[in-house]
Amino acid sequence: MLLQIEDLHARIETKEILKGVDLSIQLGEIHALMGPNGSGKSTLANVLMGHPSYTVTAGRILFEGKDILEEDPEKRAALGMFLAFQYPVEVPGVTVGKFLKRSVENLRGTEGSFNVNKFIEELRALMDTMGMDQSFINRYLNEGFSGGEKKRMEILQMLLFRPKIAILDETDSGLDIDALRVVAQGVNRLRGDRFSSLIITHYQRILDYIQPDKVHIMMDGRIVLSGGAELVRELEARGYDWIREEVRA
Amino acid sequence: MSETVTVDIGEYKYGFAFPDRSVFKTRRGLDEEIVRTISQMKNEPEWMLQYRLRGLEAFRRKPMPNWGADLSEINFDEIYYYAKPTDDRKERWEELPEEIRATYDRIGIPEAERKFLAGVGAQYDSEIVYHNIRSDLERKGVIFCAPEDAVRDYPELVRKYFGTVIPFNDNKFAALNTAVWSGGSFIYVPPGVRVEIPLQAYFRINLESFGQFERTLIIADEGSFVHYIEGCTAPIYSRNSLHSAVVEILALKGARVRYTTIQNWSSNVYNLVTKRAVAYEEAVVEWVDGNIGSKRTMKYPAVYLLGPKAHGEVLSIAFAGKGQEQDTGGKIVHAASDTSSIITSKSISKDGGIASYRGLIKVYPNLVGIKSHVVCDALLLDPQSKTNTYPYIEIESEDVSMEHEARVSRISEEQLFYLRSRGLSESEASLMIVNGFLDPMVKQLPLEYAVELNRLIELEMEGSVG
Repeated sequence: MLLQIEDLHARIETKEILKGVDLSIQLGEIHALMGPNGSGKSTLANVLMGHPSYTVTAGRILFEGKDILEEDPEKRAALGMFLAFQYPVEVPGVTVGKFLKRSVENLRGTEGSFNVNKFIEELRALMDTMGMDQSFINRYLNEGFSGGEKKRMEILQMLLFRPKIAILDETDSGLDIDALRVVAQGVNRLRGDRFSSLIITHYQRILDYIQPDKVHIMMDGRIVLSGGAELVRELEARGYDWIREEVRA
Repeated sequence: MSETVTVDIGEYKYGFAFPDRSVFKTRRGLDEEIVRTISQMKNEPEWMLQYRLRGLEAFRRKPMPNWGADLSEINFDEIYYYAKPTDDRKERWEELPEEIRATYDRIGIPEAERKFLAGVGAQYDSEIVYHNIRSDLERKGVIFCAPEDAVRDYPELVRKYFGTVIPFNDNKFAALNTAVWSGGSFIYVPPGVRVEIPLQAYFRINLESFGQFERTLIIADEGSFVHYIEGCTAPIYSRNSLHSAVVEILALKGARVRYTTIQNWSSNVYNLVTKRAVAYEEAVVEWVDGNIGSKRTMKYPAVYLLGPKAHGEVLSIAFAGKGQEQDTGGKIVHAASDTSSIITSKSISKDGGIASYRGLIKVYPNLVGIKSHVVCDALLLDPQSKTNTYPYIEIESEDVSMEHEARVSRISEEQLFYLRSRGLSESEASLMIVNGFLDPMVKQLPLEYAVELNRLIELEMEGSVG
């Protein structure tokens, strides 16, 4: 098992948000995580990556069989975890090129033997496939980027870092259809037996382009229903209310 | 005379010291006899001695500033005001005593001179021990020498300009400098001559409880250009030292002067410096003022725009770490029409350090076409640290375009988390954010100094987080 989440409880300040999440993802699988606003989807993404504002009060997160709860975010990234942020922050004065170079050096552990020319070649090629202008390399990270440009930058990083698991936190929200396609293409490009993804989304739209292996519904800090891709269409047709009722029953 | 010196090097790379091997040193404290002794050591003409004595009198009379950084721990009676490290100055590094040479080697001055400087003056305690200028500049009539040599060799130039930009009684510390000044630089650039490669002075304090009072006078004649760079370091001692320089610049019609400082004094040095330039018609003066070290710094480089179309600029970078107070900024006085100015200040406070911007924009009456732009950005690295902004604006003309922006930001947890989730350690992420904050500024420095400044910031940031 690549990622195993067991009875995970987490809070921010005094507010409990995750109330016992169980979820397992095999290497090679694409999972979709859906649910209404405020159900805890983004919290789960942040807790998985080790955001310091959240406190895990119970449960475990195993990555390749090892408990990673004590690991720093940078260690989790080095292990092969990646989070595409819902709202990527601006870092003024730090160019995209410099940031990506340092990240790749850290993540690939090639510090000292890093081949800059090769890296730039690789970066330029990936930017082409993402439909991004090369001038972004010299721009400050996310500063003045449009919403779509920020999301493309996240997917560009995913392609460059080649993680074992990519958690996409509502990467599709606010994107036009072209940008959505580019994001989906990015995931499909890595799809294979060495890549997994947890796609967090409100809408079924992105799942028209990425066929999930499994679909989970989250409500009030728990996963209340799991199934196959057919669950997406059912949700689309019937909304969340029927699940709520089933959970209550 | 030899003392054992223990030094806590810590993260400060230049905290090393050598024993006191001064060939002459005045006793602790300051009185008329000390001033006369210094003058005598330099074989000065009577007029300079008299000028010093006026400075001493003004120093005694002037009160300590009742604003700015906390100076209450300075004990003027404990300080040595003059120490002569060698019998004479040299034009070759090899001729210097071994320890002095080793000092500059460790700081990297001879190497910098070989690579990218047109002339160097190196001061050790009170005297310039090494001075050299490229012969092609000398042939063009450029003068770059110790001010004592200028008093002897170019008395008419010195008498014409010395003390005209900053009078002997300007403030308590300028008065003190006038009384006991020693070392510094004298530069004269003839009309139309462009010194394309920078000149540099390096100021090193080696002694404990020491006062260094260099005096710099730069005269850029009509249509000329010069870039002067100064750096400074000192050993770390438990007792305080004092550095009070006076720097006067005259940019005559159409001249341009750029003055870059990378101040990296050790944490026991009070750095109280008066720097002022006058810019005549169409002249440009730029101060690039980087303050990384010292215990307390009070320094506000000024430009008096005296002729039409003159332009003044101050770029101020301050880093206030543990126990440090950087009270810095800039002053621009618009005294002629169609003059323009820019002050850009970037400060970083960390581990309880205090960085304050203090600036003045003054516009005289009945002027037209005045433009001024002031931007102050402060970055706080932790909740214990502080930043203040004191922008003074005195405008007495109507036709003035004046903009002032001030921003305070903190390193946000979201920025750190984002970068860490990309594999960067917390300390590298912080450093990246800090460097990013300074980037637009550092870009304006010559490459070698941009690298140096980045390296210093890196040292300051080490061990600050995580």
